[in-house]
Amino acid sequence: MRTVGTLKGVTNIKVDMLARVEGEGGLHIKIKGGRVADVKLKIFEPPRMFEAFLRGRHYTEVPDITARICGICPIAYQMSAVHAIERALGITVDPQARLLRRLFYCGEWIESHALHVYMLHAPDFLGYQDVIEMARDHKPAVEQALRLKKIGNHLVSAMGGREIHPVSAAVGGFHRAPARRELKALVEDLKWARDASIATARLVAGFEFPDFEQDYEFVSLSHPDEYPLNEGRLISSKGLDIDVADYEDHFVEQHVKHSNSLHSVLRARGSYLVGPLARFNLNYDKLPDVARQAASDCRLSVPCRNQFKSIVARAVELVFACDEALHLIEIYEPPEAPKVEVEPQAATGQAATEAPRGTLYHRYSLDDHGTVTAAKIVPPTSQNQKRIEEDLWRFVPQVLDLPEEELTWKCEQAVRNYDPCISCATHFLRVKLERD
Amino acid sequence: MSSNGKRRPKIAVFKFASCDGCQLSLLDAEDELLSVAGAVDIVYFPEATRTMLKGPYDIGLVEGSITTHHDAERIQQVRRQCHTLATIGACATAGGIQALRNWRDVNEFVRYVYASPDYISTLKMSTPIAEHVPVEFELRGCPINKRQLLELLSAALAGRKPAIPTYSVCLECKRKANVCVAVAGGTPCLGPVTQAGCGALCPAFGRGCYGCFGPMESPNTASLSEQFRLLGQSDQQIERAYRGFNAWAWQFRQASERREQP
Repeated sequence: MRTVGTLKGVTNIKVDMLARVEGEGGLHIKIKGGRVADVKLKIFEPPRMFEAFLRGRHYTEVPDITARICGICPIAYQMSAVHAIERALGITVDPQARLLRRLFYCGEWIESHALHVYMLHAPDFLGYQDVIEMARDHKPAVEQALRLKKIGNHLVSAMGGREIHPVSAAVGGFHRAPARRELKALVEDLKWARDASIATARLVAGFEFPDFEQDYEFVSLSHPDEYPLNEGRLISSKGLDIDVADYEDHFVEQHVKHSNSLHSVLRARGSYLVGPLARFNLNYDKLPDVARQAASDCRLSVPCRNQFKSIVARAVELVFACDEALHLIEIYEPPEAPKVEVEPQAATGQAATEAPRGTLYHRYSLDDHGTVTAAKIVPPTSQNQKRIEEDLWRFVPQVLDLPEEELTWKCEQAVRNYDPCISCATHFLRVKLERD
Repeated sequence: MSSNGKRRPKIAVFKFASCDGCQLSLLDAEDELLSVAGAVDIVYFPEATRTMLKGPYDIGLVEGSITTHHDAERIQQVRRQCHTLATIGACATAGGIQALRNWRDVNEFVRYVYASPDYISTLKMSTPIAEHVPVEFELRGCPINKRQLLELLSAALAGRKPAIPTYSVCLECKRKANVCVAVAGGTPCLGPVTQAGCGALCPAFGRGCYGCFGPMESPNTASLSEQFRLLGQSDQQIERAYRGFNAWAWQFRQASERREQP
């Protein structure tokens, strides 16, 4: 599955099947005369074409359908969908339903970040093939990871019935709002999870990071009062500041031959980066004290331009998500009705929310009956894909002298920095190294 | 995820067109993961490990549907390598939501989503694994229930048939003492024709079942469609109800096509 071969002076690193990423892709790196000649992040996850079959469906069905784009972050797909449709129909949800949506998202962040930090990414830093192998030497850490992940999953299933493809999200609010006591029952676990997240941040901050500072353009949502989850303007570290409705004026998707995923780029400046490191750099001042303290204990400060340290940013976001969940549960009062009445009309709406791995954009057009006539979905991994390739162009020369097996592993790690979700982006990974 | 010691059954997890949710269910079994990993050798599971050992494997778990020529060939190789093959989830057992293309023009779909349709290679149909190779067991659900997955693994290790109910969601609703959303609330609900397994989640959330676990054994879809009509559902709405995550399961397919007739 991983082959490194040198023929007539060209070294090819091929990783046919990238491991510890969600979905199927590979990497092909060609090195000629001691220089990188080509980098291709290959996405061979088969296309499922959600945007095409969403046409003709009723708007009420959309959040359940888009959830199926990704089993790791179904809530992100439900949230971007309901917000986009609500913007089209001019709906404002009950303030308590708004609060519940943030809480729901916190559950997904905890579950997904715990999965990535410990099960998909930490083994790279510690030199294990996987978390099970890692558990032999680091059992308490892995047990901590599993409990943390389970608490995120519990929060999601308490609100949505199950962890994967929960059933409560609806245009206009929720199908059912939880009782206070159902959420209060999670408080002790969440307090433990907040402490465990602080311990996680300390643990991962102790890993060895390659010296790899890049001039990234960080992009994320930004909200005047909150660390971004569901709402905000879209801003960047290079001056972008737009309403999400104008997204397509500034970003364009390009189709490249080696990928079943589309590369999204900024029309003005090309590649950019979404995800935990971007959010941390752009929204540090909105983090609660406990998360800022965790960052400072880890010596993670703004701006951090080393994407290998995204694992620390992800851990700081774990602290945030647990703390925010506790705060939201504390102030929650069940809404009078879980969802507001919706009157369909012909309209188009756009929304972006912050999926665990980055900004997720949706646009829908509806007819008078509320039937979808057009749909567009830009997942975080499509947005990061060009940037991942650019990282490898610059990173490979830095590690060229490593033995080939180690070099291949480092390249895989550089890809996993992005927590790529290929199932999402196919609409979106194999590693192949060629050396000359 | 291999380990030393005496020979333990080798498990492999394969993915075809899908969302990764069903294989994630294995990692979501947080309380059991380490003991499962102690009882078996997970030797091929790209989502979780860099270790990728070649077959043969004792048990192969397959997620996803067949939508490309390459995958149609790959599933044949996978079948040859696995002593026992179990498919997990609605994509693998019924073609998944991506089977909605089966009633439409796939080339138009490709042109709608991709700027350069020539780069995309895809089949006209999304089909379940059992349409391509013999399968020993099918685990339903979108997503599967992780308890049922653990039962499937325990049964396969013990060499017995897994105890998976094939009755309808209605029985789960009664057991949970849910108020019937169809009878009491007039809400269209696929529960009467859908296999149990989710724990009657949607009715517990005050909404109708949308059929994630696919058709139950001998579902009376004709009668349910009639009920839907009495509840004021249009033919188009009834067709859409069956055309969800298990649209290509033959009983749902037939029920939706019956509504298509003028």
